Amino acid sequence: MMNYPQVLFKNRKPDRIATLEEYRQSGGYEGLGDALSKASHKDVQQVLLDAVLLGRGGAAFPAGRKLMTVADDAPHPRYIVCNADEMEPGTFKDRVLIHADPHMLIEGMIIAGYGAQAEKGIIFIRPEYESAARILEREIKIAKEAGYLGKNILGNGYSLDIVVHRSAGRYICGEVTAQLNALMGKRANPQQPPPYPTEKGLWERPTVLQNVETLACMPHILRNGPEWFKNLALTETGAGTKIFCASGKINSPGCYELPMGIRLSEIIEVHAGGMVEGSEYKACLPGGASTRFLPREFYDIEMDFDTLRNVGHRLGTGAIMVFDQKTCLVAATLNLVEFFARESCGWCTPCREGLPYIRDLLRRLEEGEGEEEYIPMLQQMSKHLWSSYCAFAPGAVSPVESLITYFEDEVREHISQKKCPFK
Amino acid sequence: MKCNVDLTYAMIPKELKELLARQIAGIEHPRELVVDVMFAVQDHYGYLSDEAVEEVAELLDMSPLEVEQLATFYTFIYREPVGKYVIHVCDSVICWMEGHESLLDHLSGKLGINLGETTSDGMFSLLPVCCIGYCDRAPAILINKKVYGPLTIEKLNDILERLRAEA
Repeated sequence: MMNYPQVLFKNRKPDRIATLEEYRQSGGYEGLGDALSKASHKDVQQVLLDAVLLGRGGAAFPAGRKLMTVADDAPHPRYIVCNADEMEPGTFKDRVLIHADPHMLIEGMIIAGYGAQAEKGIIFIRPEYESAARILEREIKIAKEAGYLGKNILGNGYSLDIVVHRSAGRYICGEVTAQLNALMGKRANPQQPPPYPTEKGLWERPTVLQNVETLACMPHILRNGPEWFKNLALTETGAGTKIFCASGKINSPGCYELPMGIRLSEIIEVHAGGMVEGSEYKACLPGGASTRFLPREFYDIEMDFDTLRNVGHRLGTGAIMVFDQKTCLVAATLNLVEFFARESCGWCTPCREGLPYIRDLLRRLEEGEGEEEYIPMLQQMSKHLWSSYCAFAPGAVSPVESLITYFEDEVREHISQKKCPFK
Repeated sequence: MKCNVDLTYAMIPKELKELLARQIAGIEHPRELVVDVMFAVQDHYGYLSDEAVEEVAELLDMSPLEVEQLATFYTFIYREPVGKYVIHVCDSVICWMEGHESLLDHLSGKLGINLGETTSDGMFSLLPVCCIGYCDRAPAILINKKVYGPLTIEKLNDILERLRAEA
Protein backbone atom coordinates (compact mmCIF):
# COMPACT_ATOMS: atom_id res chain seq x y z
CA MET A 1 0.00 0.00 0.00
CA MET A 2 1.26 3.49 -0.83
CA ASN A 3 1.96 5.45 2.31
CA TYR A 4 0.86 8.97 1.67
CA PRO A 5 1.84 11.87 3.92
CA GLN A 6 -0.47 12.34 6.87
CA VAL A 7 -0.98 16.03 7.55
CA LEU A 8 -4.33 16.42 9.28
CA PHE A 9 -4.18 12.95 10.82
CA LYS A 10 -0.49 12.90 11.73
CA ASN A 11 -1.26 12.82 15.46
CA ARG A 12 -4.29 10.53 15.14
CA LYS A 13 -4.36 7.77 17.74
CA PRO A 14 -6.74 4.86 18.08
CA ASP A 15 -8.05 5.69 21.54
CA ARG A 16 -7.49 9.32 22.53
CA ILE A 17 -6.97 12.87 21.34
CA ALA A 18 -3.56 14.44 20.86
CA THR A 19 -2.64 16.70 23.76
CA LEU A 20 -1.49 20.29 23.36
CA GLU A 21 2.07 19.14 24.02
CA GLU A 22 1.90 16.45 21.36
CA TYR A 23 0.43 18.90 18.92
CA ARG A 24 3.20 21.40 19.63
CA GLN A 25 5.90 18.75 19.21
CA SER A 26 4.57 18.04 15.75
CA GLY A 27 4.95 21.70 14.79
CA GLY A 28 1.62 22.90 16.12
CA TYR A 29 1.11 26.63 16.73
CA GLU A 30 4.35 27.41 14.81
CA GLY A 31 2.37 28.62 11.81
CA LEU A 32 0.32 30.87 14.04
CA GLY A 33 3.39 32.27 15.78
CA ASP A 34 5.01 33.12 12.45
CA ALA A 35 1.83 34.60 11.05
CA LEU A 36 1.22 36.85 14.03
CA SER A 37 4.80 38.04 14.38
CA LYS A 38 5.87 38.35 10.75
CA ALA A 39 2.81 38.57 8.50
CA SER A 40 -0.05 41.00 8.10
CA HIS A 41 -3.59 39.67 7.95
CA LYS A 42 -3.48 40.45 4.22
CA ASP A 43 -0.44 38.20 3.85
CA VAL A 44 -2.38 35.40 5.53
CA GLN A 45 -5.26 35.84 3.09
CA GLN A 46 -2.84 35.76 0.16
CA VAL A 47 -1.00 32.64 1.35
CA LEU A 48 -4.31 30.77 1.71
CA LEU A 49 -5.37 31.94 -1.74
CA ASP A 50 -2.04 30.93 -3.29
CA ALA A 51 -2.35 27.50 -1.67
CA VAL A 52 -5.67 27.01 -3.53
CA LEU A 53 -7.31 25.93 -0.30
CA LEU A 54 -10.91 25.23 -1.33
CA GLY A 55 -13.71 24.84 1.21
CA ARG A 56 -13.97 21.25 2.39
CA GLY A 57 -17.58 21.52 3.56
CA GLY A 58 -18.89 20.84 0.07
CA ALA A 59 -18.99 24.18 -1.74
CA ALA A 60 -15.26 24.36 -2.62
CA PHE A 61 -15.12 28.15 -2.28
CA PRO A 62 -11.52 29.46 -2.03
CA ALA A 63 -10.86 30.11 1.67
CA GLY A 64 -8.42 32.95 1.01
CA ARG A 65 -10.90 34.67 -1.30
CA LYS A 66 -13.59 34.48 1.38
CA LEU A 67 -11.34 36.26 3.88
CA MET A 68 -10.55 38.91 1.27
CA THR A 69 -14.22 39.78 0.89
CA VAL A 70 -14.21 41.29 4.39
CA ALA A 71 -13.74 44.97 3.59
CA ASP A 72 -10.85 46.85 5.20
CA ASP A 73 -13.16 49.37 6.77
CA ALA A 74 -15.83 46.84 7.79
CA PRO A 75 -17.09 47.32 11.35
CA HIS A 76 -16.11 45.37 14.45
CA PRO A 77 -16.59 43.05 16.23
CA ARG A 78 -16.12 40.56 13.43
CA TYR A 79 -16.82 36.86 13.71
CA ILE A 80 -15.07 33.70 12.65
CA VAL A 81 -17.49 30.76 12.72
CA CYS A 82 -16.42 27.15 12.46
CA ASN A 83 -19.08 24.99 10.89
CA ALA A 84 -18.94 21.69 12.79
CA ASP A 85 -22.58 20.91 12.07
CA GLU A 86 -21.60 18.10 9.67
CA MET A 87 -24.95 16.58 8.81
CA GLU A 88 -24.39 15.63 5.19
CA PRO A 89 -25.28 11.92 5.05
CA GLY A 90 -22.16 9.81 4.75
CA THR A 91 -19.92 12.48 6.25
CA PHE A 92 -18.13 12.04 9.56
CA LYS A 93 -14.67 13.53 8.95
CA ASP A 94 -15.12 16.53 11.23
CA ARG A 95 -16.01 14.26 14.14
CA VAL A 96 -12.91 12.16 13.55
CA LEU A 97 -10.70 15.23 13.12
CA ILE A 98 -11.85 16.86 16.35
CA HIS A 99 -11.37 13.58 18.22
CA ALA A 100 -7.87 13.24 16.75
CA ASP A 101 -6.32 16.68 17.10
CA PRO A 102 -8.54 19.46 18.43
CA HIS A 103 -5.74 22.03 18.63
CA MET A 104 -5.30 21.84 14.87
CA LEU A 105 -8.82 23.19 14.50
CA ILE A 106 -8.28 25.78 17.22
CA GLU A 107 -5.07 27.02 15.58
CA GLY A 108 -6.82 27.09 12.20
CA MET A 109 -9.58 29.21 13.66
CA ILE A 110 -7.12 31.67 15.15
CA ILE A 111 -5.34 31.96 11.79
CA ALA A 112 -8.61 32.48 9.92
CA GLY A 113 -9.76 34.89 12.63
CA TYR A 114 -6.55 36.87 12.22
CA GLY A 115 -7.07 36.86 8.44
CA ALA A 116 -10.49 38.41 8.96
CA GLN A 117 -9.37 40.54 11.91
CA ALA A 118 -12.14 38.90 13.92
CA GLU A 119 -12.47 39.20 17.69
CA LYS A 120 -15.05 36.51 18.25
CA GLY A 121 -14.90 32.85 17.34
CA ILE A 122 -17.81 30.42 17.49
CA ILE A 123 -17.80 26.69 16.84
CA PHE A 124 -21.28 25.60 15.77
CA ILE A 125 -21.67 21.91 16.54
CA ARG A 126 -24.44 19.34 16.12
CA PRO A 127 -25.94 17.70 19.23
CA GLU A 128 -24.90 14.20 18.15
CA TYR A 129 -21.29 15.33 18.64
CA GLU A 130 -21.58 16.17 22.32
CA SER A 131 -18.28 14.43 23.12
CA ALA A 132 -16.53 16.57 20.49
CA ALA A 133 -18.14 19.69 21.99
CA ARG A 134 -16.78 18.80 25.43
CA ILE A 135 -13.31 18.08 24.06
CA LEU A 136 -13.29 21.45 22.33
CA GLU A 137 -14.43 23.33 25.42
CA ARG A 138 -11.69 21.73 27.48
CA GLU A 139 -8.95 22.26 24.88
CA ILE A 140 -10.01 25.88 24.22
CA LYS A 141 -9.43 26.53 27.89
CA ILE A 142 -6.03 24.84 27.72
CA ALA A 143 -5.14 26.89 24.62
CA LYS A 144 -6.14 30.05 26.41
CA GLU A 145 -3.99 29.22 29.43
CA ALA A 146 -1.09 28.67 27.04
CA GLY A 147 -1.54 32.13 25.55
CA TYR A 148 -2.97 31.09 22.18
CA LEU A 149 -6.39 32.58 22.83
CA GLY A 150 -7.73 35.59 24.69
CA LYS A 151 -6.17 39.03 24.77
CA ASN A 152 -2.91 39.82 22.98
CA ILE A 153 -2.19 36.36 21.61
CA LEU A 154 1.50 35.41 21.96
CA GLY A 155 2.21 39.05 22.73
CA ASN A 156 1.51 40.17 19.18
CA GLY A 157 -1.50 42.37 19.80
CA TYR A 158 -4.16 40.21 18.17
CA SER A 159 -7.06 39.01 20.40
CA LEU A 160 -9.63 36.28 19.87
CA ASP A 161 -11.96 34.25 22.05
CA ILE A 162 -13.70 31.07 20.96
CA VAL A 163 -16.93 29.60 22.33
CA VAL A 164 -18.70 26.35 21.49
CA HIS A 165 -22.31 26.73 20.37
CA ARG A 166 -24.47 23.63 20.59
CA SER A 167 -27.22 23.16 18.06
CA ALA A 168 -30.36 21.11 18.68
CA GLY A 169 -30.10 19.37 15.32
CA ARG A 170 -31.35 20.21 11.83
CA TYR A 171 -29.54 19.58 8.54
CA ILE A 172 -30.31 23.04 7.16
CA CYS A 173 -28.23 24.60 9.96
CA GLY A 174 -25.18 23.59 7.93
CA GLU A 175 -26.11 26.16 5.30
CA VAL A 176 -24.19 29.38 5.94
CA THR A 177 -27.01 31.89 6.25
CA ALA A 178 -29.25 29.40 8.05
CA GLN A 179 -26.48 28.77 10.55
CA LEU A 180 -26.16 32.47 11.25
CA ASN A 181 -29.89 32.71 11.87
CA ALA A 182 -29.67 29.69 14.19
CA LEU A 183 -26.84 31.36 16.10
CA MET A 184 -28.95 34.46 16.55
CA GLY A 185 -31.76 32.40 18.06
CA LYS A 186 -33.97 32.56 15.00
CA ARG A 187 -35.51 29.74 13.02
CA ALA A 188 -32.76 28.49 10.73
CA ASN A 189 -34.16 29.57 7.39
CA PRO A 190 -31.56 30.48 4.78
CA GLN A 191 -31.31 34.06 3.59
CA GLN A 192 -30.53 34.94 0.04
CA PRO A 193 -27.54 37.26 -0.31
CA PRO A 194 -26.77 40.11 -0.70
CA PRO A 195 -25.76 41.17 1.82
CA TYR A 196 -23.13 38.44 2.06
CA PRO A 197 -22.26 37.20 5.54
CA THR A 198 -18.72 38.59 5.14
CA GLU A 199 -20.35 42.01 4.86
CA LYS A 200 -23.31 41.67 7.23
CA GLY A 201 -23.47 38.35 9.04
CA LEU A 202 -23.99 37.71 12.73
CA TRP A 203 -25.64 40.68 14.41
CA GLU A 204 -25.04 42.65 11.19
CA ARG A 205 -21.28 42.25 11.56
CA PRO A 206 -18.80 40.73 9.09
CA THR A 207 -18.75 36.96 9.58
CA VAL A 208 -16.52 34.36 7.96
CA LEU A 209 -17.72 30.79 8.15
CA GLN A 210 -15.42 27.85 7.40
CA ASN A 211 -15.66 24.10 7.64
CA VAL A 212 -13.64 22.15 10.26
CA GLU A 213 -11.39 20.45 7.71
CA THR A 214 -10.72 23.71 5.84
CA LEU A 215 -9.63 25.40 9.05
CA ALA A 216 -7.47 22.41 10.03
CA CYS A 217 -5.50 22.79 6.78
CA MET A 218 -4.53 26.39 7.58
CA PRO A 219 -1.80 25.86 10.21
CA HIS A 220 0.06 23.57 7.80
CA ILE A 221 -0.18 26.01 4.92
CA LEU A 222 1.16 28.83 7.08
CA ARG A 223 4.02 26.69 8.33
CA ASN A 224 5.05 24.97 5.10
CA GLY A 225 3.95 27.37 2.39
CA PRO A 226 1.44 27.28 -0.44
CA GLU A 227 3.68 25.39 -2.88
CA TRP A 228 4.15 22.54 -0.40
CA PHE A 229 0.38 22.35 0.06
CA LYS A 230 -0.32 22.28 -3.65
CA ASN A 231 2.28 19.57 -4.16
CA LEU A 232 0.53 17.28 -1.72
CA ALA A 233 -2.07 16.67 -4.42
CA LEU A 234 -1.53 14.08 -7.13
CA THR A 235 -3.15 16.22 -9.81
CA GLU A 236 -2.19 19.58 -11.31
CA THR A 237 -5.60 21.02 -10.45
CA GLY A 238 -5.81 19.70 -6.89
CA ALA A 239 -4.19 21.03 -3.73
CA GLY A 240 -3.60 19.48 -0.35
CA THR A 241 -4.86 16.28 1.16
CA LYS A 242 -8.49 15.31 1.57
CA ILE A 243 -10.18 13.34 4.28
CA PHE A 244 -12.36 10.82 2.50
CA CYS A 245 -15.07 9.15 4.58
CA ALA A 246 -15.76 5.81 3.00
CA SER A 247 -18.89 3.83 3.82
CA GLY A 248 -21.32 1.35 2.31
CA LYS A 249 -20.41 -1.94 0.66
CA ILE A 250 -16.71 -1.85 1.45
CA ASN A 251 -14.69 -3.88 3.94
CA SER A 252 -13.19 -1.05 5.98
CA PRO A 253 -15.49 1.92 6.36
CA GLY A 254 -13.73 4.89 7.91
CA CYS A 255 -11.88 8.15 7.39
CA TYR A 256 -8.77 8.16 5.23
CA GLU A 257 -6.50 11.12 4.66
CA LEU A 258 -5.26 10.82 1.10
CA PRO A 259 -3.83 13.17 -1.51
CA MET A 260 -6.32 15.24 -3.43
CA GLY A 261 -6.63 13.73 -6.91
CA ILE A 262 -6.21 10.11 -5.82
CA ARG A 263 -8.17 7.69 -7.99
CA LEU A 264 -11.54 6.49 -6.70
CA SER A 265 -10.56 2.89 -7.48
CA GLU A 266 -7.48 3.18 -5.27
CA ILE A 267 -9.48 4.61 -2.37
CA ILE A 268 -11.92 1.72 -2.53
CA GLU A 269 -9.60 -1.16 -3.30
CA VAL A 270 -6.46 -0.22 -1.40
CA HIS A 271 -7.48 2.03 1.48
CA ALA A 272 -11.06 1.08 2.26
CA GLY A 273 -10.34 -2.65 2.11
CA GLY A 274 -12.08 -3.38 -1.20
CA MET A 275 -15.68 -4.32 -1.86
CA VAL A 276 -17.30 -6.75 0.58
CA GLU A 277 -17.40 -10.34 -0.59
CA GLY A 278 -19.99 -10.95 -3.28
CA SER A 279 -20.37 -7.25 -4.00
CA GLU A 280 -19.35 -5.44 -7.15
CA TYR A 281 -19.07 -1.69 -7.51
CA LYS A 282 -22.19 -0.27 -9.11
CA ALA A 283 -22.03 3.42 -8.17
CA CYS A 284 -21.07 5.76 -5.38
CA LEU A 285 -22.10 9.15 -4.16
CA PRO A 286 -18.67 10.80 -4.09
CA GLY A 287 -19.33 13.58 -1.61
CA GLY A 288 -22.44 13.11 0.46
CA ALA A 289 -26.15 12.86 -0.32
CA SER A 290 -26.14 16.12 -2.28
CA THR A 291 -23.86 14.82 -5.04
CA ARG A 292 -24.56 12.80 -8.17
CA PHE A 293 -24.25 9.03 -8.49
CA LEU A 294 -20.87 8.20 -10.00
CA PRO A 295 -21.34 5.03 -12.09
CA ARG A 296 -18.80 2.38 -13.09
CA GLU A 297 -17.47 4.38 -16.06
CA PHE A 298 -15.91 6.84 -13.57
CA TYR A 299 -14.43 4.18 -11.32
CA ASP A 300 -10.86 5.35 -12.03
CA ILE A 301 -11.57 9.06 -11.81
CA GLU A 302 -9.12 11.34 -10.03
CA MET A 303 -10.88 12.67 -6.98
CA ASP A 304 -10.42 16.41 -6.92
CA PHE A 305 -12.82 19.32 -7.25
CA ASP A 306 -11.91 20.27 -10.85
CA THR A 307 -11.75 16.79 -12.32
CA LEU A 308 -15.20 15.93 -11.02
CA ARG A 309 -16.62 19.28 -12.05
CA ASN A 310 -15.30 18.76 -15.60
CA VAL A 311 -17.43 15.63 -15.97
CA GLY A 312 -20.52 17.26 -14.45
CA HIS A 313 -20.05 15.97 -10.92
CA ARG A 314 -19.12 17.39 -7.53
CA LEU A 315 -16.61 16.25 -4.92
CA GLY A 316 -18.82 17.68 -2.16
CA THR A 317 -17.53 16.69 1.27
CA GLY A 318 -15.56 13.71 -0.02
CA ALA A 319 -17.91 11.27 1.72
CA ILE A 320 -17.85 8.26 -0.56
CA MET A 321 -20.91 6.04 -0.16
CA VAL A 322 -20.50 2.85 -2.14
CA PHE A 323 -23.43 0.92 -3.63
CA ASP A 324 -23.18 -2.57 -5.07
CA GLN A 325 -24.98 -4.45 -7.84
CA LYS A 326 -27.49 -5.92 -5.35
CA THR A 327 -28.68 -2.53 -4.12
CA CYS A 328 -31.68 -0.94 -5.83
CA LEU A 329 -30.78 2.64 -6.68
CA VAL A 330 -34.43 3.66 -6.98
CA ALA A 331 -34.90 2.61 -3.35
CA ALA A 332 -31.63 4.31 -2.36
CA THR A 333 -32.69 7.52 -4.07
CA LEU A 334 -36.09 7.30 -2.38
CA ASN A 335 -34.29 7.08 0.97
CA LEU A 336 -32.16 10.11 0.10
CA VAL A 337 -35.19 12.14 -0.96
CA GLU A 338 -37.05 11.11 2.22
CA PHE A 339 -34.14 12.63 4.11
CA PHE A 340 -34.27 15.88 2.16
CA ALA A 341 -38.06 16.16 2.30
CA ARG A 342 -37.96 15.79 6.07
CA GLU A 343 -35.07 18.19 6.55
CA SER A 344 -36.29 20.93 4.19
CA CYS A 345 -36.85 24.05 6.28
CA GLY A 346 -40.03 24.69 4.29
CA TRP A 347 -39.27 28.32 3.68
CA CYS A 348 -39.48 28.39 -0.11
CA THR A 349 -42.06 26.71 -2.30
CA PRO A 350 -39.99 24.65 -4.78
CA CYS A 351 -38.19 22.82 -1.98
CA ARG A 352 -41.16 22.48 0.39
CA GLU A 353 -43.60 21.24 -2.27
CA GLY A 354 -41.26 19.72 -4.83
CA LEU A 355 -39.46 17.24 -2.62
CA PRO A 356 -42.60 15.46 -1.33
CA TYR A 357 -43.81 15.31 -4.95
CA ILE A 358 -40.56 13.65 -6.06
CA ARG A 359 -40.68 11.34 -3.04
CA ASP A 360 -44.19 10.27 -3.97
CA LEU A 361 -43.20 9.45 -7.57
CA LEU A 362 -40.16 7.48 -6.43
CA ARG A 363 -42.21 5.60 -3.84
CA ARG A 364 -44.74 4.57 -6.46
CA LEU A 365 -41.95 3.46 -8.79
CA GLU A 366 -40.34 1.42 -6.03
CA GLU A 367 -43.67 -0.18 -5.15
CA GLY A 368 -44.30 -1.21 -8.76
CA GLU A 369 -46.96 1.39 -9.41
CA GLY A 370 -44.85 3.54 -11.71
CA GLU A 371 -45.81 4.85 -15.14
CA GLU A 372 -43.64 5.80 -18.13
CA GLU A 373 -44.58 9.46 -17.72
CA TYR A 374 -43.05 9.54 -14.22
CA ILE A 375 -39.57 9.76 -15.72
CA PRO A 376 -40.10 13.11 -17.51
CA MET A 377 -42.11 14.26 -14.47
CA LEU A 378 -39.15 13.55 -12.20
CA GLN A 379 -36.84 15.38 -14.58
CA GLN A 380 -39.10 18.39 -14.83
CA MET A 381 -39.70 18.72 -11.11
CA SER A 382 -35.98 18.31 -10.42
CA LYS A 383 -35.35 21.24 -12.76
CA HIS A 384 -37.85 23.37 -10.84
CA LEU A 385 -35.98 22.74 -7.63
CA TRP A 386 -32.98 24.58 -8.99
CA SER A 387 -34.96 27.81 -8.60
CA SER A 388 -35.21 27.44 -4.84
CA TYR A 389 -33.77 29.85 -2.30
CA CYS A 390 -30.56 28.07 -1.24
CA ALA A 391 -28.31 25.18 -2.32
CA PHE A 392 -30.32 22.60 -0.34
CA ALA A 393 -32.81 21.73 -3.11
CA PRO A 394 -30.33 21.53 -6.03
CA GLY A 395 -28.31 19.19 -3.82
CA ALA A 396 -31.39 17.17 -2.96
CA VAL A 397 -32.19 16.47 -6.62
CA SER A 398 -28.63 15.54 -7.56
CA PRO A 399 -29.20 11.84 -6.81
CA VAL A 400 -32.56 11.95 -8.62
CA GLU A 401 -31.18 13.56 -11.77
CA SER A 402 -28.17 11.26 -11.92
CA LEU A 403 -30.37 8.21 -11.28
CA ILE A 404 -32.18 8.98 -14.51
CA THR A 405 -29.01 9.94 -16.39
CA TYR A 406 -27.11 6.76 -15.58
CA PHE A 407 -29.67 4.22 -14.42
CA GLU A 408 -32.76 4.92 -16.51
CA ASP A 409 -32.89 1.26 -17.49
CA GLU A 410 -33.15 0.29 -13.83
CA VAL A 411 -35.98 2.78 -13.34
CA ARG A 412 -37.75 1.40 -16.42
CA GLU A 413 -37.46 -2.16 -15.15
CA HIS A 414 -39.49 -1.07 -12.11
CA ILE A 415 -42.20 0.10 -14.51
CA SER A 416 -42.17 -2.84 -16.94
CA GLN A 417 -41.99 -5.53 -14.24
CA LYS A 418 -44.50 -3.68 -12.04
CA LYS A 419 -42.24 -4.34 -9.07
CA CYS A 420 -38.78 -3.63 -7.74
CA PRO A 421 -36.48 -6.02 -9.65
CA PHE A 422 -34.28 -6.32 -6.58
CA LYS A 423 -36.99 -7.78 -4.40
CA MET B 1 -26.70 43.60 30.84
CA LYS B 2 -29.50 43.98 33.37
CA CYS B 3 -31.70 41.03 34.15
CA ASN B 4 -35.31 41.73 35.02
CA VAL B 5 -36.50 38.17 35.44
CA ASP B 6 -38.94 37.70 38.28
CA LEU B 7 -37.67 34.73 40.25
CA THR B 8 -40.52 34.44 42.74
CA TYR B 9 -42.96 32.51 40.53
CA ALA B 10 -40.43 30.12 39.01
CA MET B 11 -41.81 26.70 38.12
CA ILE B 12 -38.31 25.41 37.60
CA PRO B 13 -36.05 25.33 40.66
CA LYS B 14 -34.91 28.74 41.73
CA GLU B 15 -31.23 27.73 41.55
CA LEU B 16 -31.52 26.65 37.93
CA LYS B 17 -33.42 29.74 36.98
CA GLU B 18 -30.88 31.95 38.70
CA LEU B 19 -28.03 30.14 37.02
CA LEU B 20 -29.62 30.61 33.60
CA ALA B 21 -30.44 34.23 34.33
CA ARG B 22 -26.81 34.83 35.28
CA GLN B 23 -25.54 33.19 32.09
CA ILE B 24 -27.96 35.25 30.05
CA ALA B 25 -26.98 38.47 31.77
CA GLY B 26 -23.33 37.71 31.08
CA ILE B 27 -23.42 37.77 27.32
CA GLU B 28 -23.90 40.46 24.73
CA HIS B 29 -26.63 38.75 22.71
CA PRO B 30 -28.80 36.62 25.03
CA ARG B 31 -30.66 34.98 22.15
CA GLU B 32 -27.49 33.12 21.23
CA LEU B 33 -28.25 31.02 24.31
CA VAL B 34 -31.78 30.00 23.42
CA VAL B 35 -30.85 26.42 22.49
CA ASP B 36 -28.79 26.01 25.68
CA VAL B 37 -31.66 27.35 27.78
CA MET B 38 -34.17 25.09 26.04
CA PHE B 39 -31.90 22.10 26.71
CA ALA B 40 -31.45 23.05 30.37
CA VAL B 41 -35.17 23.50 30.98
CA GLN B 42 -35.96 20.35 29.00
CA ASP B 43 -33.51 18.42 31.16
CA HIS B 44 -35.46 19.55 34.19
CA TYR B 45 -38.99 18.80 32.94
CA GLY B 46 -38.01 15.82 30.78
CA TYR B 47 -39.47 17.61 27.79
CA LEU B 48 -40.31 21.15 26.80
CA SER B 49 -43.80 21.61 28.22
CA ASP B 50 -46.03 24.61 27.48
CA GLU B 51 -44.94 26.07 30.79
CA ALA B 52 -41.32 25.47 29.90
CA VAL B 53 -41.73 27.30 26.60
CA GLU B 54 -43.05 30.27 28.53
CA GLU B 55 -40.23 30.09 31.06
CA VAL B 56 -37.62 30.06 28.28
CA ALA B 57 -39.36 32.97 26.58
CA GLU B 58 -39.44 34.98 29.77
CA LEU B 59 -35.80 34.32 30.55
CA LEU B 60 -34.68 35.47 27.11
CA ASP B 61 -37.16 38.29 26.64
CA MET B 62 -38.67 36.52 23.65
CA SER B 63 -42.30 35.80 22.93
CA PRO B 64 -43.50 32.23 23.61
CA LEU B 65 -44.28 32.00 19.90
CA GLU B 66 -40.66 32.72 18.99
CA VAL B 67 -39.52 29.94 21.30
CA GLU B 68 -42.23 27.60 19.98
CA GLN B 69 -40.99 28.22 16.45
CA LEU B 70 -37.59 26.90 17.50
CA ALA B 71 -38.82 24.15 19.80
CA THR B 72 -40.83 22.54 17.03
CA PHE B 73 -38.01 23.00 14.53
CA TYR B 74 -35.19 21.14 16.24
CA THR B 75 -34.83 17.36 16.35
CA PHE B 76 -33.57 17.18 19.92
CA ILE B 77 -36.15 19.42 21.56
CA TYR B 78 -39.19 17.42 22.64
CA ARG B 79 -42.55 19.17 22.91
CA GLU B 80 -44.21 16.03 24.27
CA PRO B 81 -43.21 13.79 27.17
CA VAL B 82 -40.58 11.21 26.26
CA GLY B 83 -39.32 8.09 27.97
CA LYS B 84 -36.35 7.81 30.27
CA TYR B 85 -34.38 6.55 27.29
CA VAL B 86 -34.92 8.25 23.94
CA ILE B 87 -33.86 5.95 21.13
CA HIS B 88 -33.08 7.70 17.86
CA VAL B 89 -32.85 5.26 14.98
CA CYS B 90 -30.78 6.53 12.07
CA ASP B 91 -32.67 6.00 8.82
CA SER B 92 -30.30 7.67 6.36
CA VAL B 93 -28.92 5.88 3.37
CA ILE B 94 -25.94 3.95 4.77
CA CYS B 95 -27.84 2.67 7.83
CA TRP B 96 -30.75 1.89 5.51
CA MET B 97 -28.47 -0.19 3.31
CA GLU B 98 -26.98 -1.97 6.32
CA GLY B 99 -30.29 -3.11 7.76
CA HIS B 100 -31.99 -0.20 9.47
CA GLU B 101 -35.45 -1.52 8.61
CA SER B 102 -35.06 -4.89 10.30
CA LEU B 103 -33.51 -3.16 13.30
CA LEU B 104 -36.46 -0.79 13.55
CA ASP B 105 -38.99 -3.60 13.10
CA HIS B 106 -37.32 -5.52 15.88
CA LEU B 107 -37.22 -2.53 18.22
CA SER B 108 -40.80 -1.70 17.46
CA GLY B 109 -41.94 -5.26 18.12
CA LYS B 110 -39.88 -5.72 21.25
CA LEU B 111 -40.97 -2.44 22.81
CA GLY B 112 -44.51 -2.66 21.46
CA ILE B 113 -44.45 0.90 20.12
CA ASN B 114 -44.21 2.64 16.77
CA LEU B 115 -41.97 5.53 15.83
CA GLY B 116 -43.02 8.62 17.75
CA GLU B 117 -44.39 6.64 20.69
CA THR B 118 -43.32 5.92 24.27
CA THR B 119 -43.68 2.64 26.15
CA SER B 120 -46.46 2.64 28.76
CA ASP B 121 -43.93 2.25 31.59
CA GLY B 122 -42.28 5.47 30.45
CA MET B 123 -38.98 3.76 29.79
CA PHE B 124 -38.39 4.06 26.04
CA SER B 125 -39.31 6.45 23.26
CA LEU B 126 -38.64 5.61 19.64
CA LEU B 127 -37.83 8.35 17.14
CA PRO B 128 -36.34 8.50 13.65
CA VAL B 129 -33.24 10.59 13.07
CA CYS B 130 -31.26 11.72 10.04
CA CYS B 131 -27.66 10.66 9.46
CA ILE B 132 -25.92 10.91 12.83
CA GLY B 133 -22.40 10.87 11.38
CA TYR B 134 -21.56 7.31 12.33
CA CYS B 135 -21.73 5.73 8.86
CA ASP B 136 -18.55 3.82 9.70
CA ARG B 137 -20.57 2.04 12.41
CA ALA B 138 -23.79 1.40 10.50
CA PRO B 139 -26.44 0.47 11.37
CA ALA B 140 -26.27 2.87 14.28
CA ILE B 141 -28.68 4.34 16.82
CA LEU B 142 -28.49 6.90 19.59
CA ILE B 143 -29.80 6.29 23.09
CA ASN B 144 -29.93 9.53 25.04
CA LYS B 145 -27.49 10.90 22.47
CA LYS B 146 -24.94 8.12 23.04
CA VAL B 147 -24.10 6.17 19.91
CA TYR B 148 -24.36 2.38 19.52
CA GLY B 149 -23.15 0.55 16.41
CA PRO B 150 -22.63 -1.41 14.29
CA LEU B 151 -25.71 -3.15 15.66
CA THR B 152 -27.13 -6.61 15.27
CA ILE B 153 -30.42 -7.83 16.73
CA GLU B 154 -28.47 -9.67 19.46
CA LYS B 155 -26.44 -6.64 20.43
CA LEU B 156 -29.58 -4.54 20.50
CA ASN B 157 -31.29 -7.03 22.82
CA ASP B 158 -28.31 -6.93 25.17
CA ILE B 159 -28.36 -3.14 25.28
CA LEU B 160 -32.08 -2.99 26.02
CA GLU B 161 -31.79 -5.57 28.77
CA ARG B 162 -28.89 -3.73 30.33
CA LEU B 163 -30.80 -0.44 30.30
CA ARG B 164 -33.87 -2.08 31.83
CA ALA B 165 -31.74 -3.62 34.57
CA GLU B 166 -30.04 -0.32 35.33
CA ALA B 167 -33.29 1.64 35.51
